[in-house]
Amino acid sequence: MTPENEAVPVKHPLPASGGTQSDGSPPGALAMVSTSPHTHAHRTTRGIMLDVCAALLPALAASVYYFGTRVLAVTAVSVGCCVLFEFLSRIVMKRPQTVGDCSAAVTGLLLAYNLPATLPLWMVGFGALVAIVVVKQMFGGIGRNFVNPAIAARIVLLFSFAGPMTAWTLPTGHSWQVAPDAVASATPMAILGGGAETAGQSLPSLLQMFLGARAGSLGETCAAALLLGGLYLIVFKVISPIIPLTYLGTVAAFFFLAGGLDWRFTVYQLLGGGLLLGALFMATDYTTSPLTRKGKAIYGVGLGLLTAVIRLYGSLPEGVSFAILIMNILVPHIDALTAPIPFGKPKPPRKEGRRHAKA
Amino acid sequence: MGIFFQKGIHVRHNKRTSALQPVRIEHCSEVTLLMKQHIGAPCRPLVVPGDLVKVGQVIGDTDEGLAVPLHASISGRVARLEILRVVTGEDVKAVVITSDGKMTLAEDLAPPVLETQEDFFRAVRASGLVGLGGAGFPTHAKLRSAAGDADTLLVNAAECEPYITADHREALDAADDVMEGIALIARFLGIHTAVIGIENNKGDAIAKLRSLCAQASSHALKISTGILPSRYPQGAEKVFIHSLTGRVVPVGALPSAVGVLVMNLASVAFLGRYAKTGRPLISRTVTVDGSAVAKPMNVRVPIGIKLNELTEFSGQLKSAPAKIILSGPMMGTASPDLNAPISKCNNAVLLFDRAEAAVQPESACIRCGACVRGCPMKLQPLKLEAAYRAGNAAALRALCAMNCMECGCCSYVCPAKRELVQRIRLGKGILRTADTKAKADAAAPAAQKEAST
Repeated sequence: MTPENEAVPVKHPLPASGGTQSDGSPPGALAMVSTSPHTHAHRTTRGIMLDVCAALLPALAASVYYFGTRVLAVTAVSVGCCVLFEFLSRIVMKRPQTVGDCSAAVTGLLLAYNLPATLPLWMVGFGALVAIVVVKQMFGGIGRNFVNPAIAARIVLLFSFAGPMTAWTLPTGHSWQVAPDAVASATPMAILGGGAETAGQSLPSLLQMFLGARAGSLGETCAAALLLGGLYLIVFKVISPIIPLTYLGTVAAFFFLAGGLDWRFTVYQLLGGGLLLGALFMATDYTTSPLTRKGKAIYGVGLGLLTAVIRLYGSLPEGVSFAILIMNILVPHIDALTAPIPFGKPKPPRKEGRRHAKA
Repeated sequence: MGIFFQKGIHVRHNKRTSALQPVRIEHCSEVTLLMKQHIGAPCRPLVVPGDLVKVGQVIGDTDEGLAVPLHASISGRVARLEILRVVTGEDVKAVVITSDGKMTLAEDLAPPVLETQEDFFRAVRASGLVGLGGAGFPTHAKLRSAAGDADTLLVNAAECEPYITADHREALDAADDVMEGIALIARFLGIHTAVIGIENNKGDAIAKLRSLCAQASSHALKISTGILPSRYPQGAEKVFIHSLTGRVVPVGALPSAVGVLVMNLASVAFLGRYAKTGRPLISRTVTVDGSAVAKPMNVRVPIGIKLNELTEFSGQLKSAPAKIILSGPMMGTASPDLNAPISKCNNAVLLFDRAEAAVQPESACIRCGACVRGCPMKLQPLKLEAAYRAGNAAALRALCAMNCMECGCCSYVCPAKRELVQRIRLGKGILRTADTKAKADAAAPAAQKEAST
């Protein structure tokens, strides 16, 4: 008889029902089994979204200071409608509820920041509808939209309601109420662009530009607050600094050269329009930006070039939204071109055609 | 690679036991020795119930591929042969020995006579040594395949997995054995350079090894320490080799292809001891830790001790373990109960309470790219996962799914808590099935042809 024949299969005896189980699990319960890894980082999607919301708050405070309490109404309607539409879409589509991930709230904040404080509230709600239902949920919800929802919504609003969307007012100063007699004004970008309707208007000082005392969308004017928020996201590694740096760097380099090495003009370009808001908070949206560091750098340079070209040669004074929209569409191609080569895999040989051309 | 390639990720270390010297278990009532402890063919039991065995006596062996002999880790009587379902789901034969409480050594244990390279390989096989770092590859086979190709010995003391400090302790407590082991391997494999790679979070061990390296180095053998950043998975073979030497192991190749031999520090120390005493691999150091453990510790255990006896030894638990993990939390396997025995490659037993074991629900990928930037093999886990879900074998192949070493970085960092490495593992299964089918299809027409002629 071989020893093998004597082997007897054993059933797993359950662990002894000791008295140590203070957590209420039934004695003898089996431990959980799953494949590795058995531990995870603390960061969650919701945590990331809340970080972005927190980083956007300084700009909101500055906006209320400059444009009055109507800013809060616009922001509340935008965030409220985005969250509501997200909630309703998931119910209508019979999909798991995702409103708890707070991504709709981020979209709501960003959309509001891209609107003038004087926009009628129903238009704000319409923008939220476009952003959440059309751009985000119709393409499958979080992680599936191919363009930034807030940017797309802003552009739809711009073309639908060109008047109200470009009715800029100057900051009313230290006013805590809706300013009915707000002074209409062109944005610094329009003044720099030099259109006929801006004749006679003067540029705000660089300090005013930095602090946000200028006409513009409600969340884009205060560079100081936006930089503070952006720094927070970079320090806590929510976003990588590559896109903001390459984006702003390209714009700066372009205008420095195009403006005849005039640093003041370059700084106006960097602080003006929605560039900082776009570079720090909109272009860095995970879903619509490239995956790799190299891809992000290409994307940032592309954004910078498009923004500069639109500002300089386009009929629009501002190019950030369109630059982001166009580059969003190119992201799948950038990803394909910058896909990492697996470790230890030989680099793909140069294309046959080139070698033949040389020969 | 440059600045665009930071290997791996930062994990919470939880190394709470590095200051604790291993406590030796003197009396173990029973051991269960699995006939399959590592890859390769399972051993055949060489004892029958009722036999009296002594410590170090061979109780299982086979001539089939890659096997190494298995030795009794306690003295006593063979109680029974069992078939045990192990954590991998396989049914494995096991020899159960009940202790006589004496730990009597087998008489024939003597230091091996080492004259030729073949002597050395035979002795390494006879010692029962497999890689003690976790992978458990039979050391004699590794040495044989590296002989002639390897010019550098890399000793792996990275120990990048959270919690585990078993190798850290070995570096501190058995540094002399490590040096002797290195000298031995270098002598029989004709190696002149050895580097001990260790993560920078083990200052005391680095200091100790450094001073010994200086003493042990000669003009024929240069031993040095290589300090590595504490990033997971620094100790993974290909990452480890690249960090220390800059050499890139090609896809599908072994380290010997780039002239290196990588061995775990505890394995090297064991060889140093074995050459002196002739005592085979019958015990190892295991870190017992986790949120359910009241008193984390390092324990020197006989191979084959069951977890319930080990946890009894390590003291009262804080709560019932909600998850029981053999080896590290990043790559270890979970056991449903404490009935599993320690094998040669388990370097830790982790008992998690409910909070630590809790798994958060999965949500949609937000394309944050953390998995891509964290992958030490420079793969794209999010795309591999999508390819698996689509059942797309061609895409899995194009994305180099087989190059995944299942370190778990991607799943660890994912903010959406997606089970990335788990699905890549399943994706590799799809590729293996596809390969087998392709081979069968290729063989079928040939067989038909043969049959018709």
